[in-house]
Amino acid sequence: MERTISIETPLTDELIETLKSGDRVLISGIIYSARDAAHKRLVELIEKGEKLPFDIEGQIIYYVGPTPARPGQVIGSAGPTTSYRMDPYTPALLEIGLKGMIGKGSRGGEVIEALKTHKAVYFAATGGTGALISGKIKKTEIVAYEDLGTEAIRKMEVKDFAAIVVNDIYGNDLYKEGIKTYQRV
Amino acid sequence: MAIREIPVEEITKAVRRLCIEANTILGKDIIDGYRSGLEMEKSLVGKDIFRQLLENAEIAERKSIPLCQDTGLAVVFVEIGQDVHITGGDINQAINDGVRQGYRDGFLRASSRDPITGKNTGDNTPAIIHAEIVSGKDLKLIVMPKGFGSENMSRVVLFAPAVGIEGVKKFVVQRVKEAGPNPCPPIIVGVGIGGTFEKAAIIAKKALLRPLTKRHPDPVVAQLEVELLEEINKLGIGPQGLGGTVTALDVHIETFPTHIGSLPVAVNIQCHCARHKTVIF
Repeated sequence: MERTISIETPLTDELIETLKSGDRVLISGIIYSARDAAHKRLVELIEKGEKLPFDIEGQIIYYVGPTPARPGQVIGSAGPTTSYRMDPYTPALLEIGLKGMIGKGSRGGEVIEALKTHKAVYFAATGGTGALISGKIKKTEIVAYEDLGTEAIRKMEVKDFAAIVVNDIYGNDLYKEGIKTYQRV
Repeated sequence: MAIREIPVEEITKAVRRLCIEANTILGKDIIDGYRSGLEMEKSLVGKDIFRQLLENAEIAERKSIPLCQDTGLAVVFVEIGQDVHITGGDINQAINDGVRQGYRDGFLRASSRDPITGKNTGDNTPAIIHAEIVSGKDLKLIVMPKGFGSENMSRVVLFAPAVGIEGVKKFVVQRVKEAGPNPCPPIIVGVGIGGTFEKAAIIAKKALLRPLTKRHPDPVVAQLEVELLEEINKLGIGPQGLGGTVTALDVHIETFPTHIGSLPVAVNIQCHCARHKTVIF
């Protein structure tokens, strides 16, 4: 297996240059949740030249729509949702300083190119392990779009959030490499 | 023969409980599937994913946190015996009340929205109800919270008969290949062959209710299931699509006679948690 390293947000270019597809990371610090509906609104703001509801420079967006928290819980089940649905919105966010995304499933060619151009990384978290992941989220507050409920933008403080680098800035793609090793067709 | 009366309150109570259980307690056959997957999987990353799935299941049951944040649309199968009389209200409303209460009391996610306006319905209703009238005086309810990472990867196609079974197999394998990591492998593949456009789809979904490793009673279909599972696992997609030898935990096929001019095929993909719980009144 590749190495496991602890990384902290916000992500710097120096750190991003050292990450290679297959690297396992434990992410600590602030990450922001956003999925379909929030992405649509964010890109609308960018197109109108308006300010985003949070400072996106150096940040990681986690594609998640959690279940409601029980009283006393920080957050409900919070595993990754499928990333390709956010592809249409991603290049615009990378252009203005987004440095990392956590989700699951492959990204399209345009996004992979944009990762190289803007020096950003795409991580995968394990889909369907929402109960396990919820324990890594220590604090959460809604910073925008409360009306979207589960799709609101949440600022989340995480400790040792496990993920794996899928697309690095060198054009590598773990989904392509992994399948090549094991396919027998 | 006496008519058996079942009051709607009992149905609401049962649906509420099944929604919560299906989302927090993994089927025993699935846990066994993860354990054999952990053993059989050749990739180290893949083995680690099976360990995470087992740990996730333990935490979900212990803390009553949903296994996955996509607590799905509530698909409810109802098999109602023709000697059953539902009393005290509307059965469809009772089922929807059960879903509403289950998703509220179980702290599950409201994932239902108007397809045109996008507005979330707020309470994960309406349920997707498939009711069937059978003989007898039992009422069977199955709640299957269906997540859409896998559902989005499902397809129905109406082939010409000339495509044949080999063509059907190629289609299923190709669909799994194209889906890649998106449906959260290791997946379970439900295949419906025959019927009509909608019949093929519904039997493909019902195929997903069969316990893991249970083969179709017809040996020809059973053989097809075994061959398809083998072909799919040769794709090398592996757990979470990161490469490995266990891409699918099982393949279940259901068939139905179809028109002389068609070969309908539905592929309903299910993710690794395969959530469903049943009650029989």
